[in-house]
Amino acid sequence: MRVGLFITCVNDTLYPRTGQAVVRLLERLGCEVDFPAEQSCCGQMHWNTGYGKQIEPLVRRFADTFAGYDAVVTASGSCGAMVRDNHPKAAARAADPTLPEAVAAVVPQVYDLSEFLVDVLGVTDVGAYFPHTVTYHPSCHSLRLMNLGDRPTTLLRNVRGLELRDLPGAEECCGFGGTFALKNPDVSAAMCADKVRHAVGTGAEVLCAADNSCLMHLGGTMGRQRSGVRTLHLAEILASTEEFPA
Amino acid sequence: MSNGSAFLGLPAFPGAAREAVGNAQLRHNLRKATHTIRSKRAAVVGELDDWEELRAAGKAVKDHTLRHLDHYLVRLEEAVTAAGGHVHWAADADEANRIVTELVRATGGHDVVKVKSMATQEIGLNEALEAEGIRAYETDLAELIVQLGDDRPSHILVPAIHRNRSEIREIFLREMAAWGEPAPDDLTDEPRVLAEAARRHLRKRFLTAQVAVSGANFMVAETGTLVVVESEGNGRMCLTLPETLISVVGIEKVVPTWQDLAVFLQLLPRSSTGERMNPYTSMWTGVAPSDGPRNFHLVLLDNGRSRVLADEVGRQTLRCIRCSACLNVCPVYERAGGHAYGSVYPGPIGAILTPQLRGTTSELDASLPYASTLCGACYEVCPVAIDIPEVLVHLREQVVEGGGHRAERAAMKAAGWIFADPARLARVQRVAGRARRIVPRRLPGPGAAWTDTRDLPVPPEQSFRDWWAAERGRPTTPRSNP
Repeated sequence: MRVGLFITCVNDTLYPRTGQAVVRLLERLGCEVDFPAEQSCCGQMHWNTGYGKQIEPLVRRFADTFAGYDAVVTASGSCGAMVRDNHPKAAARAADPTLPEAVAAVVPQVYDLSEFLVDVLGVTDVGAYFPHTVTYHPSCHSLRLMNLGDRPTTLLRNVRGLELRDLPGAEECCGFGGTFALKNPDVSAAMCADKVRHAVGTGAEVLCAADNSCLMHLGGTMGRQRSGVRTLHLAEILASTEEFPA
Repeated sequence: MSNGSAFLGLPAFPGAAREAVGNAQLRHNLRKATHTIRSKRAAVVGELDDWEELRAAGKAVKDHTLRHLDHYLVRLEEAVTAAGGHVHWAADADEANRIVTELVRATGGHDVVKVKSMATQEIGLNEALEAEGIRAYETDLAELIVQLGDDRPSHILVPAIHRNRSEIREIFLREMAAWGEPAPDDLTDEPRVLAEAARRHLRKRFLTAQVAVSGANFMVAETGTLVVVESEGNGRMCLTLPETLISVVGIEKVVPTWQDLAVFLQLLPRSSTGERMNPYTSMWTGVAPSDGPRNFHLVLLDNGRSRVLADEVGRQTLRCIRCSACLNVCPVYERAGGHAYGSVYPGPIGAILTPQLRGTTSELDASLPYASTLCGACYEVCPVAIDIPEVLVHLREQVVEGGGHRAERAAMKAAGWIFADPARLARVQRVAGRARRIVPRRLPGPGAAWTDTRDLPVPPEQSFRDWWAAERGRPTTPRSNP
């Protein structure tokens, strides 16, 4: 199985360890992973902030870069949802009449990491070891747009040594919302305060999610509060072993 | 569109929300109330196996009706007229207010009793009547609390959601006497006692009123029947006791048949109050010789709706049945409160409806499409499947294209330029990596919005793409655009 890794610009720039974890994990499970370096950004920030008409070149670049892979795997629910839900919409109003077809060809191959593991590879125990208490924040776009359901928590429950604690109010947004965090900083901080209170209240050592954008906001807040709880992307926990602990 | 004057001159959403976020009592009231209704809704929706089919049916009926709105409105007018009612067409708020004022004047009365109605609040009817010497009395308990408190509603279903019982007791003791029957001196803050005081205050009003003003939840085109769904019985009183009934209803409220109505009578109570069925459903068709009002007037209100209908993405907003399920699950509404939205329509539905009805020229209206994280909880619960996040993004495009946001437009253009070429992106990443030791704790200017409450992420020494190139020996910058 030849997998194209869609790293996303945020992970590429700020969280390379998440990408490295995806590579290590998928190779451990027997996949051939490729990182096509022509990739850039999915255009989510532009789209969601009202600049959707500017993203045609990014949509074209994505469709061209990832054409021909058996699967395109990403470790960001919101970027995956951007491609799956909004690239077809952007293509439908593009100047280039061939874009809708190119997008339609690549979109069905796009998977979130946990979808790819559970649905395509048929694995729920990835052979990971992570002897820590963890609580999981489902992230709105992973939950409601990618419809990941219980895949992430099923994967976490099968990690050796890991104790999963339920997060109260798990399905509520953390308050990041991309540029929302800057445009409405007070409401964003109020939402984050509740999410962090719930996370810290579980007594877990690690707050895990399948989207580093939410974790940047949550981790930035918990760091400022000196809460002593760290954030980790799901991929890093699933890649963790005795030899390479996360 | 003109609007309830009480809402004019308000600050943009972020500023208004900042005040609400700092009000611990308000936060507590809102959290408690929204979570209670939210759980009730989830329970009664969860017990139906065919909820998704009902939801799809509701969407389909509304879409069909909106597609042929001209046809169904004319049918409705014919049926209402045939049943002895009078139909008036109002293009905007001013025209609707003028029609209602003249109709009330013609009766010789100076008082009207009101059934809770979003449409009359949207057009600022009470204020318009007041200016002409006619006093409107709200008879819904929560609307009464808002009116007595000289306050503004902050929720579609529960307009006084921002008030707790001790505040309500205080308002009743202070204000009831000026409006009629005073509150008893020994009034406590027990909900039962407060409701009893409101009943006594309103009773004489119901028995003596000559004119009632209502809205309607639905209008059935095939028979000309109007429908009001409510919980307290005040609506039933207003709709049956006075001689004259004037109903002001948005044109999108029409449904073709009774069979269509059946779908919404299942969707609405479960979505709004979290009940299987609401306590009072009043239906009337024109006038009857020996029962109910002798004169019935229907004022069909456009007030921007035709413009919304013309917008391919935005028109789904007109499917809204005002259940307020989206408010009760919205994490932004829960913390910002309803007043921050500066409109009688708060929450997610308000964030898409208000800017479409009023346009996005004012700072407040232009800020509303951004009052959301796009978390999607609203879309998930909407009984007529309005994709609120999709409309929000659509309206953000309109705001951006309408000018303004200069610094942001420049930043987005720069970001687009960087992302257009992975070689440029790689160079930016390397610069960020070298600056990792000097990431500041606080950013100046707009960046402070992040660093006021959060640490900045520290860029890694090496981006993923540089790591991959080093480890796997692939070129980092495969092709560079000119």
